Amino acid sequence: MEYGLDLEYSFNEFLKGLGLSSEIAHIIWLPLPMLLVLVAAVVGVLVTVWLERKISAAAQQRIGPEYAGALGVLQPIADGLKLLVKEDIIPAKADGILFTAGPILVLVPVILSWLIVPFGQNLLISNVGIGIFLWIALSSIQPIGLLMSGYASNNKYSLLGGLRAAAQSISYEIPLALSVLAIVLMTNSLSTIDIVNQQSGAGILSWNIWRQPVGFIVFWICALAECERLPFDLPEAEEELVAGYQTEYAGMKFALFYLGSYINLILSALLVSILYLGGWGFPIPVELIAKFLNLPINAPFIQVFTASIGIVMTVLKAYLLVFIAILLRWTTPRVRIDQLLDLGWKFLLPISLANLLITAGLKLAFPQFFGG
Amino acid sequence: MSIAITTQFICFTVLSLVVIIGALGVVLLESIVYSAFLLGGVFMSVAGLYLLLNASFVAAAQVLVYVGAVNVLIIFAIMLVNKKEDLKPINDIKSRRIISTSICLTLLSLLIRVDLTNVWSLSSPQNSIGEESTIRIGEHLFSDYLLPFEVASVLLLMAMIGAIVLARRDVMSKDISTGLPVDQELIEKSSEPLLTNKN
Repeated sequence: MEYGLDLEYSFNEFLKGLGLSSEIAHIIWLPLPMLLVLVAAVVGVLVTVWLERKISAAAQQRIGPEYAGALGVLQPIADGLKLLVKEDIIPAKADGILFTAGPILVLVPVILSWLIVPFGQNLLISNVGIGIFLWIALSSIQPIGLLMSGYASNNKYSLLGGLRAAAQSISYEIPLALSVLAIVLMTNSLSTIDIVNQQSGAGILSWNIWRQPVGFIVFWICALAECERLPFDLPEAEEELVAGYQTEYAGMKFALFYLGSYINLILSALLVSILYLGGWGFPIPVELIAKFLNLPINAPFIQVFTASIGIVMTVLKAYLLVFIAILLRWTTPRVRIDQLLDLGWKFLLPISLANLLITAGLKLAFPQFFGG
Repeated sequence: MSIAITTQFICFTVLSLVVIIGALGVVLLESIVYSAFLLGGVFMSVAGLYLLLNASFVAAAQVLVYVGAVNVLIIFAIMLVNKKEDLKPINDIKSRRIISTSICLTLLSLLIRVDLTNVWSLSSPQNSIGEESTIRIGEHLFSDYLLPFEVASVLLLMAMIGAIVLARRDVMSKDISTGLPVDQELIEKSSEPLLTNKN
């Protein structure tokens, strides 16, 4: 499967043509995809915020933002600017260092996790061998940031919110990791590229959602819980806890939490589409279309076309899931904390364990379908 | 590869400094909360050192287990019982500090001796497996390290069952601390009145 655009190689060759050594070329190359992904993540957040406002308005039969730009598309930028110029307040009795470090610790692991999100065969920052495991490990750092900001705020509600966030995150991490493990078992690899390639055989029919329906649902529920989206937004349950761990935050520090939660939502949606919905794959394999039209698969035109289809498909699938998440947020009530922990420990954990066991059994019984 | 080696050296220096200073902070700081958070930083830096040694799976496992589980639980426990109380001054604090320092220095000298006597250079440095290491770790866990692996899991299971029994005293027919019979009808209710208001 060594095909597709390799921008890094072409870029390095171009710089070498200009007379630079390969090391310098590599160093010049390194920040480019990182910056690109960072910009993509932030733009994705802006789009999601706009979608959230518009869809919630539709769900409540309102119009939603209307005056800032056409259909209010500039509203998220106005929000961001407002947060940027707001006064940065640290409460007098708060612990200044931890208060500042908390939001950073929440945001950084989420952004680091974009390292492994592929938009095409070679369109990702780094194809690290441990791939999806890196994301699981990084997402386990986040509760420390939440606990830190909850503690540093010196406020009962904040502390309770932080504790809830940590408890929730720990309990839902286990079924999440177990359902990822079932996918890894089928792929024989932790790399996100391999996971997508394993699903690319027969277009939509070979997507993992057909082979792992239980895993898909468990993963999606856990991903929503990890993002603290509404059916599971107990850490910031506004009727009980004011705003949870972010009660005392204002200005840019609050914006970091806000940004972090939305980037995390998009990241989760992207990962669901990578793990279960074929990643960048078109419902009908692009190779089949090219064969049908009698076009050579390695022609530059086809390569560019495939790459753009890949990016469009990944983003489309992710935003479909974001849409479902937003719809869920504005139509479902919040669960109680005991219901939340019951769901995690007594329902999702056994189900995902059974799913893993059944997947292993099916892999032994039908290696051509479940072996990868 | 001079740039790569320089980067590696800078990363190693920074990580080692963070480990040493962080570990000192964990021991010496008065505030237990700061100590707990610094411990997380130390674990992260150790994971970074693993990463420098091309052991990415071990590094990620270190982050997941030590930062994501152990450290979060430590902080969680500290915050659940976070009473702002002044600890009682200990009488013979000086002699205790001297004894603990001497024990630590003895251990340090032992480590230094290991460092000096062991042969660290690998037979063939080109033989590093890098990304393959995940598969190798799995193979070892299911062949020659199978028994220690299983014994460790049994140990963890025992610890977990013990913790559950200690935390949920109402599953026993007799209360552990008072020796009185427990009212089994109230088993789903809070265990506090169950244990204390018995005559």
